[in-house]
Amino acid sequence: MLGGGLAAVIGLTYFKKWKWLWKEWLTSLDPKKIGVMYLVVAILMLIRGGVDALMMRTQQATSVDGSQGFLSADHFQQVFSAHGTMMIFFVAMGLIFAVMNLLIPLMIGARDVAFPFLNSVSFWLFVSGMMLMNISLMIGEFSAAGWLAYPPLSGLEYSPGVGVDYWIWALQLSGIGSLLSGVNFFVTILKMRAPGMTLMKMPIFVWSCLGSLILIMFAFPILTATLGMLSLDRLIGTHFFTSDLGGNPMMYVNLIWAWGHPEVYILILPVFGIFSEVVATFSRKQLFGYTSMVWAIGAITLLSFTVWLHHFFTMGGGANVNAFFGIMTMIISVPTGVKVFNWLFTMYRGKVRFATPMLWFMGFIATFVIGGVTGVLMSVPAIDFQVHNSLFLVAHFHNMIIGGVVFGIFAGITYWWPKFTGFKLNEKLGASAFWCWLIGFILAFLPLYALGLMGATRRLNHYDSTTGWQPLFIVAAIGVLFIAFGLMLQVIQVAYSIWKRKEYAVDSNDPWSSGRTLEWATTSPPQEYNFASTPQITTRDAFWEMKETGKSVFGKAEDIYIPKNSATGVLIGITAIGLGFGIVWHIWWLVIVTGITILALLIQRLSTDDTERLLPAKEVAAIEKAHGGITA
Amino acid sequence: MSQHALVVKDKTLSGFWAYLMTDLVLFATLFATYGVLRNNIANGPSGKDIFDMPFVLVETMLLLTSSFTAGLAMIALHRRQAKTMVMLLLATFALGAGFLGMELYEFNHLVHEGHSWRESAFLSAFFTLVGTHGLHILVGLVWLSVLFGQLIKKGITEHTERRLLLFSMFWHFLDIVWIFIFTFVYLVGVM
Repeated sequence: MLGGGLAAVIGLTYFKKWKWLWKEWLTSLDPKKIGVMYLVVAILMLIRGGVDALMMRTQQATSVDGSQGFLSADHFQQVFSAHGTMMIFFVAMGLIFAVMNLLIPLMIGARDVAFPFLNSVSFWLFVSGMMLMNISLMIGEFSAAGWLAYPPLSGLEYSPGVGVDYWIWALQLSGIGSLLSGVNFFVTILKMRAPGMTLMKMPIFVWSCLGSLILIMFAFPILTATLGMLSLDRLIGTHFFTSDLGGNPMMYVNLIWAWGHPEVYILILPVFGIFSEVVATFSRKQLFGYTSMVWAIGAITLLSFTVWLHHFFTMGGGANVNAFFGIMTMIISVPTGVKVFNWLFTMYRGKVRFATPMLWFMGFIATFVIGGVTGVLMSVPAIDFQVHNSLFLVAHFHNMIIGGVVFGIFAGITYWWPKFTGFKLNEKLGASAFWCWLIGFILAFLPLYALGLMGATRRLNHYDSTTGWQPLFIVAAIGVLFIAFGLMLQVIQVAYSIWKRKEYAVDSNDPWSSGRTLEWATTSPPQEYNFASTPQITTRDAFWEMKETGKSVFGKAEDIYIPKNSATGVLIGITAIGLGFGIVWHIWWLVIVTGITILALLIQRLSTDDTERLLPAKEVAAIEKAHGGITA
Repeated sequence: MSQHALVVKDKTLSGFWAYLMTDLVLFATLFATYGVLRNNIANGPSGKDIFDMPFVLVETMLLLTSSFTAGLAMIALHRRQAKTMVMLLLATFALGAGFLGMELYEFNHLVHEGHSWRESAFLSAFFTLVGTHGLHILVGLVWLSVLFGQLIKKGITEHTERRLLLFSMFWHFLDIVWIFIFTFVYLVGVM
């Protein structure tokens, strides 16, 4: 980690690239660039979180009987807490915001997001949370209370160190960033669609993001308030979640899952959207059941707020409460099932081409259905009581998050890569990476179902050999190695493809030759302003229709307003690290100084009127001509 | 106003509406928490013992009046009566500051009586819910001061007009939240 960072700093200085990095990337308000930065951060954190996973499985494969493994109990607890936190907040959320930034404006025929500066602030708050979490590696310690830090364990009495505070403030900062992004993209979709693109003509990916964004807007404020209250308990001695003076720890569990369950759908909905686009493109067919897909997304969005209690049936809410949430959980799997059939029927009688994105899709269908079935199994409270807190559950949600979110993002990256770079990724290395991931996934997680049924609990750092668990733990550890190998192959794939970029260069703006949505109408990579003229939409899959009928939806190049770069987002992000650090370590002068600095930066920016520059139509036309764009 | 400025205004107002709805969810979470914890008074006092209703009523009237003057200021803005608008906004500021001052006095008084947020879950929830609203009021007052600075420097432009509209939305929103606090915390508390 440290070595990599050092290498990057030396490289940038040696090649005199600091100015380029600052001007072209860090201060940019272009959502496509912000999307790429989200992607880079998330992939780096995926590697860090992956190392955590490798450590845990190695520990569990070796820590039997007399051997205590190589991690102390406390260290092991920090590792599993960090793994979960990292993967959900800084990997999965980062990946989701990466694709939203890259694609939502392009797909709706817009030039930008609704609030470009706010977008930059969101990204830099995400980075500041990530930095704070990584600082805990070097200064102090991380939380040892699990990825959701249930009290009273996470209270001051049982976790007196700074670990839980790091956890709270890393999440608080990035969570506020996510909330602001939620508002930003919500307004982008509702207010900035190209003329003629009614809601029912939007690409299904945009629909899925809309569902996810609505969930972000409703769920993340709950997280902000809950973390705030936990922090007050630790900082000023309030009694929200303590076990004495009227506090109620179970209220925390309810509140955190009132955010946490929608969060699952925040992550998975956009991925459903990605797969919908991928399947249609690679089957050269219109998506089967567009309308039912939209209704399924709507149903999931609504229902995801009615199932949170299934995370703790064992609370003792009573048979009726458990029955209600059990039934709701079964119901929410219905719209998801609708989607699976829609995808399969899209392939049916299509001209299916098994490029790498399609491989990820096939892998997803298999693993996701297994995960779905085990999920419905656990929605029965009586069964849940048996497997609660066991590795069965761990296997289930990894089925959903690796087999669902991660596979989906990989499909999306491979699919849209040529659009944003102008060259394709090596298919052979892509396919090998996929097989490593799939085999690794099966080896790493299917044994956990068995182990869970045999009684192995989650977060276990030592056990007895008479349990007979060790062989299965060893298989799981080998599986993780396969996944690590797959990840390595992907890094090689990207590096090799960049090296061979001339050879892999795409010869058209529609490199898969069966693109359906508007992003394939732009140059590759798209220009800063996306579209030289605002498209006039009349149908779904506007670009496909345009190719079929030969009638262009574009007009003459227009005058375009482009947001100027701003350093304020970066500065707020850096200052926020100081703010979080100050609260974690109770350095109150630092909190006051950084707090006032952030306020001053915001006031300065919000008092600036001159935030855009005008790109005249003539120049736009010249740029388009030079890059082979479509204008009338 | 140019076409572009109208588009920006429309987007910004919608975005701020959406933001306010998320803020409302934050308050809803704190209200729900208060609802769960309001009877958990441990060894401390209940709402009945500590709420001074005439005091809170005056506080409430200050905030409601400030919302009213903010509304009148927007009418003046619409009619481009700059002087009237500034006078009304100054009144809004003064009334808001009065409200915040009274709230701080109430908090200070309770802590001096020995009833701080440390005493019971009920008091924790009370201080946090009411305090979060107070924090929002403080943000609103800072915001309004910055807007005064902008008005002196730039006068009424498309940008300052948009910002004034956003401020007024924020201020009315806080008014509505306070009505819920007055009802469910104070009135129900003394019943």
